[in-house]
Amino acid sequence: MEFAELIKTPRVDGVVLHRPFMPTVEGTLCLTGHHLILSSRQDNTEELWLLHANIDSIEKRFVGSLGTIIVKCKDLRVIQLDIPGMEECLNIASSIEALSTLDSVSLMYPFFYRPLFEVIEDGWQLFVPEEAFKDLESMTDEWRLSEVNKDFSVCPSYPSLLTVPKDIDDESLCKAASFRHGGRFPVLSYYHKKNGMVMMRAAQPLTGTNGRRCKEDEKLINATLCAGKRGYIIDTRTIAVAQQAKARGGGFEQEANYAQWRRIHKAIERSNVLQEGLIKLVEACNDQSHSMDRWLSKLEASNWQSNVKEILTTACLAAQCIDREGASVLVHGTEGTDSTLQVTSLAQIILDPACRTIRGFEALIEREWLQAGHPFQQRCAQSAYSNGKPRSEAPVFLLFLDCVWQILRQFPCSFQFNENFLIMLFEHAYASQFGTFLGNSVAERLKLLLSQKTVSLWSWVNRPQELERFLNPLYEPNNLVIWPSVAPQSLLLWEVPLQMHEMPKEHMDCEISMC
Amino acid sequence: MEHIRTPKVEQVKLLDRFSNKSVTGTLHLTATHLIFVESNSTSAQEIWILHHHIASVEKLSLKTNGCPLLIQCRNFRLVHFVIPRERDCHDIYSSLLRLLRPVSYDELYAFSYNPKQNDQQREEGWQLIDLAAEFERMGVPCDQWQLTDVNREYKVCKTYPRDLYVPIMASKPIIVGSSKFRSKGRFPVLTYFYQEKKAAVCRCSQPLSGFSARCLEDEHMLQAISKANHNSRYIYVMDTRPKLNALANRAAGKGYENEDNYSNIRFQFVGIENIHVMRGSLQKLLEVVGTRSLSMTDYLVGLENSGWLRHIKAIMDAAIFLAKAVTVEGASVLVHCSDGWDRTAQVCALGSLLMDPYYRTIKGFMVLIEKDWISFGHKFADRCDQLDPDPKEVSPIFTQFLECVWQLTEQFPQAFEFSEWFLIQIHEHVHSCQFGNFLGNSQRQREDLQLKERTYSLWAHLLSEKQNYLNPVYSPSFAESHPVLEPSTQAYHFKFWRNMYHQYDRSMHPRQSILKHVLTLKDSNRELEGTVQALKTKLQKFSVSTSPLKPQTPPRERSLPPRPQSLILGAPLLSRKEVQQEEDEEVFGEEAMEDAPAITGGERTVEGSSATENGYGELMGSFGSKNEPGAVTLEFGVARMTC
Repeated sequence: MEFAELIKTPRVDGVVLHRPFMPTVEGTLCLTGHHLILSSRQDNTEELWLLHANIDSIEKRFVGSLGTIIVKCKDLRVIQLDIPGMEECLNIASSIEALSTLDSVSLMYPFFYRPLFEVIEDGWQLFVPEEAFKDLESMTDEWRLSEVNKDFSVCPSYPSLLTVPKDIDDESLCKAASFRHGGRFPVLSYYHKKNGMVMMRAAQPLTGTNGRRCKEDEKLINATLCAGKRGYIIDTRTIAVAQQAKARGGGFEQEANYAQWRRIHKAIERSNVLQEGLIKLVEACNDQSHSMDRWLSKLEASNWQSNVKEILTTACLAAQCIDREGASVLVHGTEGTDSTLQVTSLAQIILDPACRTIRGFEALIEREWLQAGHPFQQRCAQSAYSNGKPRSEAPVFLLFLDCVWQILRQFPCSFQFNENFLIMLFEHAYASQFGTFLGNSVAERLKLLLSQKTVSLWSWVNRPQELERFLNPLYEPNNLVIWPSVAPQSLLLWEVPLQMHEMPKEHMDCEISMC
Repeated sequence: MEHIRTPKVEQVKLLDRFSNKSVTGTLHLTATHLIFVESNSTSAQEIWILHHHIASVEKLSLKTNGCPLLIQCRNFRLVHFVIPRERDCHDIYSSLLRLLRPVSYDELYAFSYNPKQNDQQREEGWQLIDLAAEFERMGVPCDQWQLTDVNREYKVCKTYPRDLYVPIMASKPIIVGSSKFRSKGRFPVLTYFYQEKKAAVCRCSQPLSGFSARCLEDEHMLQAISKANHNSRYIYVMDTRPKLNALANRAAGKGYENEDNYSNIRFQFVGIENIHVMRGSLQKLLEVVGTRSLSMTDYLVGLENSGWLRHIKAIMDAAIFLAKAVTVEGASVLVHCSDGWDRTAQVCALGSLLMDPYYRTIKGFMVLIEKDWISFGHKFADRCDQLDPDPKEVSPIFTQFLECVWQLTEQFPQAFEFSEWFLIQIHEHVHSCQFGNFLGNSQRQREDLQLKERTYSLWAHLLSEKQNYLNPVYSPSFAESHPVLEPSTQAYHFKFWRNMYHQYDRSMHPRQSILKHVLTLKDSNRELEGTVQALKTKLQKFSVSTSPLKPQTPPRERSLPPRPQSLILGAPLLSRKEVQQEEDEEVFGEEAMEDAPAITGGERTVEGSSATENGYGELMGSFGSKNEPGAVTLEFGVARMTC
């Protein structure tokens, strides 16, 4: 398909751009296959380069012959374009609409983007499971790297290489996989060097209403416990939700069959509820009434901060079990691709100082989100402004970043990166010139040939010139476990992604240099 | 000392407010302080509580481990002791009841506090703030405004200062006439002069207009204020009360200005609630944030129901209105409420702070407080409960002002020379009665008490430790480019002031402080610059040219730059000598230290960061899971984890 067919009017002069907290710019609007560009064609003035993929929805308004398009972005920015001429305006609007709702992944910008920089270190090769396993091997010999999923038939959302207990053979893994939702059998997520305790993650067991059990599954997770030790299963759902899941073939580990484990239920919301929360939160932030009571009640009704608190609390609990109780932990929810990953990745940030460096954090995202099969493409297809009916969109990753930001605020000297780094990840998860967040699993990414056809976000981020603005000048490495406070008074609203403030200057630069 | 029956009790438990932690120590009762010394020898924390800071003492019913004593402080500290013997507890309780209710001014700490200064130093301290010089700085007296001696003997208004500034055109009979028509004689006087537009901010109390009364002198007075400003044909009269309250006042012969009687005024209600509503609101707020294991929903709903932030926003909105009227329209504004010493003080002070960068400096902020609060008779003694109080008079009016300033520092981090710790420290001392500044209800009363002779000034004390209160990102050039602050009035820009209301609940604070870190870096930077300078001088002595610069290895013996004494909080580095104020050097972070054997000296522990303190949920609960097999709960502690 030619993009040109969708572009009815490629160029309009005399367009005025309004952005919050910034002076208006008048210039020429150009539409290309992937970008909306506004340039005043003068030196030293801001240009706008907006990926169509970043556009969540648009609104048109007309006053006489002057048309106005309000562009609402997935990264929650809102901009306004005043376009002289009704026809031009309508053409631009319908072109944007068409271009921003292309369904085919292969038409996405990352497949067309050619970097203007030389790729010195290929991000696609940076964080391979074999390397992570080498680190593990240097600490313990209890684990092995299994190729049971090498053709993704055992679990389509898992990577081809998985870390499992040494004593469990591939056959048992297959059986355990058939007992877990989506084939996501328990695998290693984190090894706590200090005391040798581990965190594993999985999906819910398929006990169903008649209490099915699976000896291999039991054996698999018991293999991670030392003799006489007990572990914790952290189920991210409430007991009521977990009970209900039985009717649909899911369920939770019965005490009788998992005698060495204690189950703790937490109450992290399911992803569709989180999406509603984001929509309500953004609405509340855009409410111009300025009434304090209204703001607080809307903020409360969005449940956003409650979600942050619950996720963070659960992660702290997991970390506490591992570090303070000296017990191993298995984390799961329903599918094991959302709340589970929030918890396991945050717990690692609390426990492992390596995750608080830039490289370490990138590795964590790669390990616990991308390779672990968080369905980025589904979750980030739409954002808070979309008019479309939500399918499986949810701000799961944004909430994770929010929680990281909360910890960063409480330990401002313990992270190598700053807030900009988190914002950058948020933006790229929703729309990017890089292929990193495309697809929903390792299998999908392989099929799309992303590593050959697109550039990795890490190839760009890790260049010294880019890294500079993500570095935290207050960083002083420490080897401590950092326990954040989860009291509501200690948790703040993360305002920057919500566009409640002027963007820091460096952020604007980023917008330009990225394109 | 006669009130102290038991000066020392041992084996007292101090319970943490938000977790199940407790420490054991000894409780001492002195004439001025209640002191708790932890018995643990390695990290013996001390808590010093000034009697004046105690708002209430409560003896709870006897428990198996002793008798609980709950002490609530005006600086929002809450301590919970358990005293083994009921008798000791009762002794402490009854002594405290007496000690926290001084019956005469002489009993206040300020009259016994002695920082070992001579008389001259003390006098110099009191001379630091000079309001005449302040009016001069604003450009007053001038061709339109003059100093009047009408209140030299406090004859016209007992609660005003001696020196007052009025329009040239306001003759003595007009002043006296106007004062008779104003509640408590508080006639319109100048409090801030915006030189650029010659616009004035004046303050007064409500007129005694009732339903129809009028007063020609008062009308002339307002006319004179209006005429003194050629930029604008009208003046704004801001009644800071809700309209309903003002209407109700008419029945009592008070009320508000009738626009028909006063020419060229624009009358405006701004709707700040009265002292009783504010007191109730703070109480509700403290109740909510004092709840253990508070959920986010209860927190946000409680925050809303308390109305606290709504009130803060109302004050801010009023100040913004004032600043806009003056700086944009160039109009003069007359502000009043009922008596003109609460809401009026808040709005005038905050409005001036928005208009004048000087008030955003450390010295300027002191001047502002001295002017709009102390000299114009905000009733600190009554509002802050200094002497055998009327509970109906107590109200957090000044606290609200400090909070509004804090909200501004959050919106304009570069605009203020001071950090929030300056505000918090002032708040401490408004209640501590350790310095003379805030004692009494009016200037006249302060003179009667001979405070300048018998007590010390807080401002000298604060200036002496100025470096503790500096804002490291303060930019004077920002002040130059933004002389007038235009804060956002979006509700979401108003936040809960954790460091004020939870100052002593350290488990809630960030575990590392950016503020402190930057201050330390700046310090060591200065030190290193000094070293560079010294080395350069040395080189010159040996007549070696200092350029071109070669990388030099620093001398071996130079130690590393000093680290922050404690990374916790932004709490200023406290000078040891004033240990009386900053009592508790609570040492947290032992747990964090275990985790880091490689790190020496505990210098870099991330303090306060412990899993136990935060209570992440079930692990903290009791082992009561038998009846509900689904939700397994656990007792914290490895020892009990035998399964």
